Amino acid sequence: MADVQLRGVRKSFGSISIIKGIDLDIADGEFCVFVGPSGCGKSTLLRMIAGLEQISAGDLRIGGKSVVNVEPADRGIAMVFQSYALYPHMTVRDNIGFGLRMTGHSAADIASRTARAAEMLQLGPLLDRKPAQLSGGQRQRVAIGRAIVRQPGVFLFDEPLSNLDAALRVQMRIEIAKLHSELKATMIYVTHDQVEAMTMADKIVVLSAGQVEQVGSPLELYHRPNNLFVAGFIGSPKMNFIGVDHVASNQVGLPGGRMMTIDGLDLPASAGRLTLGIRPEHLVLTSAEDADLSCSLRVAEYLGSETMFYATVTDGTELTIRADGLAKQRAGEALHLKLPGKACHVFDASGRALHNGDLTR
Amino acid sequence: MKQLQKFGFWVLTAVIVVYALFPFYYAILSSLRSGTALFQISYWPSSFDLSNYIAVFKEQPFGRNIINSVLVAVAVVAISLFLGVTAAYALGRVAFRGRGALLMTVLAVSMFPQVAVLSGMFELIRFLGIYNSLPGLVLSNLILTLPFTVWVLTTFMRELPKELEEAAFVDGATPWIVVRRVFLPLMWPALVTTGLLAFIAAWNEFLFALTFTLSNDMRTVPVAIALITGASTHELPWGNIMAASVIVTIPLVFLVLIFQRKIVSGLTAGAVKG
Repeated sequence: MADVQLRGVRKSFGSISIIKGIDLDIADGEFCVFVGPSGCGKSTLLRMIAGLEQISAGDLRIGGKSVVNVEPADRGIAMVFQSYALYPHMTVRDNIGFGLRMTGHSAADIASRTARAAEMLQLGPLLDRKPAQLSGGQRQRVAIGRAIVRQPGVFLFDEPLSNLDAALRVQMRIEIAKLHSELKATMIYVTHDQVEAMTMADKIVVLSAGQVEQVGSPLELYHRPNNLFVAGFIGSPKMNFIGVDHVASNQVGLPGGRMMTIDGLDLPASAGRLTLGIRPEHLVLTSAEDADLSCSLRVAEYLGSETMFYATVTDGTELTIRADGLAKQRAGEALHLKLPGKACHVFDASGRALHNGDLTR
Repeated sequence: MKQLQKFGFWVLTAVIVVYALFPFYYAILSSLRSGTALFQISYWPSSFDLSNYIAVFKEQPFGRNIINSVLVAVAVVAISLFLGVTAAYALGRVAFRGRGALLMTVLAVSMFPQVAVLSGMFELIRFLGIYNSLPGLVLSNLILTLPFTVWVLTTFMRELPKELEEAAFVDGATPWIVVRRVFLPLMWPALVTTGLLAFIAAWNEFLFALTFTLSNDMRTVPVAIALITGASTHELPWGNIMAASVIVTIPLVFLVLIFQRKIVSGLTAGAVKG
């Protein structure tokens, strides 16, 4: 059992606080992804779990045991680095076996475990090569192999795919997901890539400025963001944010003067200025008479399968609209939009979500 | 124009080659002459007489001097590299208070002129009871080689990717194993370069070797050559001196030729993306 528990974990360098008190539970066998903008502390947090950074305050438990003062090698973890960090003077075989030799495994044991890992990752023919003779994807597979042979309870991945090209990234993503289902080990994965987070995670932890913004399954975060940050961070292209005036319990005034009803919203009359959030795919192109909102089309991207419109509302709000691939509007034209009331999210002035849209309603 | 540039380049190269090699060439010529031929200026080989080479070994314990030089230089290189690598790990990889000041101090040591440390070093060597012995020479030579060894290796070690060390820590390696099994193999180019420089410094060192030795069979080669005397005090045996000089230069030439091939950069290729 290798569940990971963080309790009030903090990290500060002098007076600068990098990680500001994180509480988190990662169950055994779970695939947990840390996402956040660069500088949010996600890599630092991973390195703290690995033991490469000291924990300034709080408790970290792996498999129920506090490991705050335990060396990285004794935490039952293995780490895969963004830069692979292969030992350049060793063959693939020696790279994979290095950790086992450090912990005094027998030669036969090392050989059999290396062979098994090599087979799992299709590294068999490459075992006698040096890292310099491998491609990026192969190097990353070796780095993963080095982690596998140690049979850790927890795998830590620090943006492992960001050095690979797009095609390889997709392939490795699938391989890592497959590995997770085979090994059934706990995995903690740091990335800034939305798609990696959404496709691989059982649980996503959104971090910002050293704090947890929200924890949840990918679709939970997508459909029910707790705040403006998560709403804006999860999903690509980003959710549209429109400043609106609250009129009555479920009525808001849009820029341009029209009113709309948001299904399920019930606010006291004094709510004032609010932010309405709606995803690009939920905006509907319609006729001028039927529209809630009109805007002028600035840029259009015709992708075949879909069309992305970037438009500006009269009050300066930028909107992204995901329309179908047959849409024919050209830059400079006016777009008329319908906002489905059940797809709208509402946030108060502090960014907290007051209401999440629910399309199933 | 292009022709002229090419011509200029070759002239310049020729000047540099002549400037660098002529003294050695003339030393070889002189070492092969004897008697009055030594004092006639001639730029071409006129005789082939090995008697000077034989005399060098006959008239003083020159073989012993060469062995002394080899022992001292090898010991200096070994100790310098060992201390250099371990110090470089501490100075390049471990963050501690006063690291910058310590590095500057190390650098400052190499700025003292040798004469300035001579008397202090003499006291130290007397105190340790290693006057007129090879350990005394090793100790005094270290003050010349350690500062640059530590500096070069520290700089080199800082360049090595940090993830390598961290990966090794996660794999269960201790700092000593990281240095020995991960860093050392990557540092060969730097080790060869600094080791070679340390060897040359120790091999050619004169002042300490002159001051801290007393008897003929403890001397190293540079001192032994300087103290070669002829039959009378008025005679300087140029032939013998040149022969001895040629003998001790050749090992250096060979060392450089061998190791320059081993100084391969790009050994870290493949460690990280790039």
